[in-house]
Amino acid sequence: MSAVNELYQEVILDHNRSPRNCRPMPDATKSVEGFNPLCGDHYTVHVKMRENVLADVSFEGAGCAISKASASVMSSEVKGKTKEEAERLFRDFHDLVTGKVDADEGFERYGRLAAFAGVSEFPARVKCASLAWHTLHAALTSDDPRVTTE
Amino acid sequence: MEILAHRIPEVLPAAMSVAGCRHHFPLLRQWVNGKPLVYLDNAATSQKPQVVIDAMMRYYESENSNIHRGVHTLSEKATQAYESVRGKVAHFLNAASEREIIFVRGTTEAINLVAFSYGRKALGPGDEVLISALEHHSNIVPWQIACEERGAKLRVVPMDDRGELIQEEYAKLLTSRTKLVALTHVSNALGTVNPVREMIAEAHRHGIPVLIDGAQGVPHMPVDVRALDADFYAFSAHKMFGPTGVGILYGKAELLESMPPYQGGGDMIKSVTFEKTTYSDLPHKFEAGTPNIGGGIGLGAAIDYLNALDMKAVMAHEHDLLVYATEQLGGIEAVRIIGTAPRKAGVISFVMEGIHPHDIGTILDAEGIAIRTGHHCAQPVMQRYGLPATARVSFAFYNTKEEVDALVKGLHRVKEVLG
Ligand SMILES: Cc1ncc(COP(=O)(O)O)c(C=O)c1O
Repeated sequence: MSAVNELYQEVILDHNRSPRNCRPMPDATKSVEGFNPLCGDHYTVHVKMRENVLADVSFEGAGCAISKASASVMSSEVKGKTKEEAERLFRDFHDLVTGKVDADEGFERYGRLAAFAGVSEFPARVKCASLAWHTLHAALTSDDPRVTTE
Repeated sequence: MEILAHRIPEVLPAAMSVAGCRHHFPLLRQWVNGKPLVYLDNAATSQKPQVVIDAMMRYYESENSNIHRGVHTLSEKATQAYESVRGKVAHFLNAASEREIIFVRGTTEAINLVAFSYGRKALGPGDEVLISALEHHSNIVPWQIACEERGAKLRVVPMDDRGELIQEEYAKLLTSRTKLVALTHVSNALGTVNPVREMIAEAHRHGIPVLIDGAQGVPHMPVDVRALDADFYAFSAHKMFGPTGVGILYGKAELLESMPPYQGGGDMIKSVTFEKTTYSDLPHKFEAGTPNIGGGIGLGAAIDYLNALDMKAVMAHEHDLLVYATEQLGGIEAVRIIGTAPRKAGVISFVMEGIHPHDIGTILDAEGIAIRTGHHCAQPVMQRYGLPATARVSFAFYNTKEEVDALVKGLHRVKEVLG
């Protein structure tokens, strides 16, 4: 498979075409805007916390296929998880897209996130893939209503 | 000797044919991602012919020395080589005198120089600076800073849907409050060629000086600052086949003379005491510190190279490429071209239905095709069209129709991957 086909895997194409959880959330407990000033990708991530659990997660905005699919997959993966579990997934995802995971070990344990392993071959696209995750991270850990990749 | 065969002779023949010139650019022989490179990002920076690379290498190998400072032989050689470029630039632009040619770091620094030197002197509360909707950030932000500092206002000439400035609006915006007009010669985002000669004449009817951002002008057309009657003209060497880190501000001598220095330091003074400093005469008044000597020499070689080209043939070839590519891209379903002014340089901005420009750029890159995606440092232009970004191809005279064909094939591949 070519590097381009590795990058644009079926999971990514599917989530790009029909993103999950792409909707406003009037009763969100936290909403953070994430922005990549270099390419204009722009998402708002909404979270509804119940105790320590991410009871609901959604996003709105626009950007490239990689950033949109990532926001979509992220929202599905972290929903129902505790804050600590969500943060651990963020670290796993970051390791995957920055090439810190040995391909020989296989990506099985990363589940649906494994679809983003191809991003590590495209350093210019790492920021696209991680934008929504950084935004979620900010929603869970800081008071900042806005984050950028720069 | 293999390599030498590709080098063009020291003395360039008059009017080299355009088609024969591609092999003067060593970088274009490269393969990228297993495909022959198709370089269509010339508005960002152009490639360099071997003569430019050689001139800079020769300087560092045998002439490197600081200028204007030493009595030793090398310093005299370097000074002479560097200063002779000023004469070449003056001739290239048809300036009245070498004193009107200021070496700077690039277009951005040239505009900042005028904004902070001329702007500080000429702008006061209630005054206005007039720019256009087509400007690059480097012809917006310096004016915003200067206006804010002086309590002046920034006004903007609007454009229509094709990407042409609306001349009736321009005429209305020129008032007694307007202290300067700053306009791009050619839009880097859309390719629109502005009627700068007419627009300068219109501003002059009100006694208003005009700065032209020529970053995308000089690589593609002959520029005569006196025929245009431009008061300032700015450009970067790296977009006209020269090196990065050097550019030119042309300014009419009487304006430059009336302006305070931009930066202080060595080389721009006649004498310094702690009580008082007297500044050098033009052009050195605006050239503080050791300049980019090697870069300046590279710029001289780039001008020699351009002078040896038949500019009419260059323009005709780039126009052919533009027409051909516009037709070919227009034939791809889903492609929409942004910026359709009747007078355009070799720049095509476009979007594809349902596909983000960033993804287009990545897939084309895998095919060896280099284009620019994003806002092109012209966010207000993008906002005008309600787009976050476009994909942009931009030509130089060394590009070919075969490369346009490769682009079209690449765009079909984009559709196949993301469709
Ligand atoms: C129209 C225009 N103006 C100004 C600039 C800035 O030039 P530089 O970055 O070389 O200073 C550019 C280059 O991107 C440009 O295209």
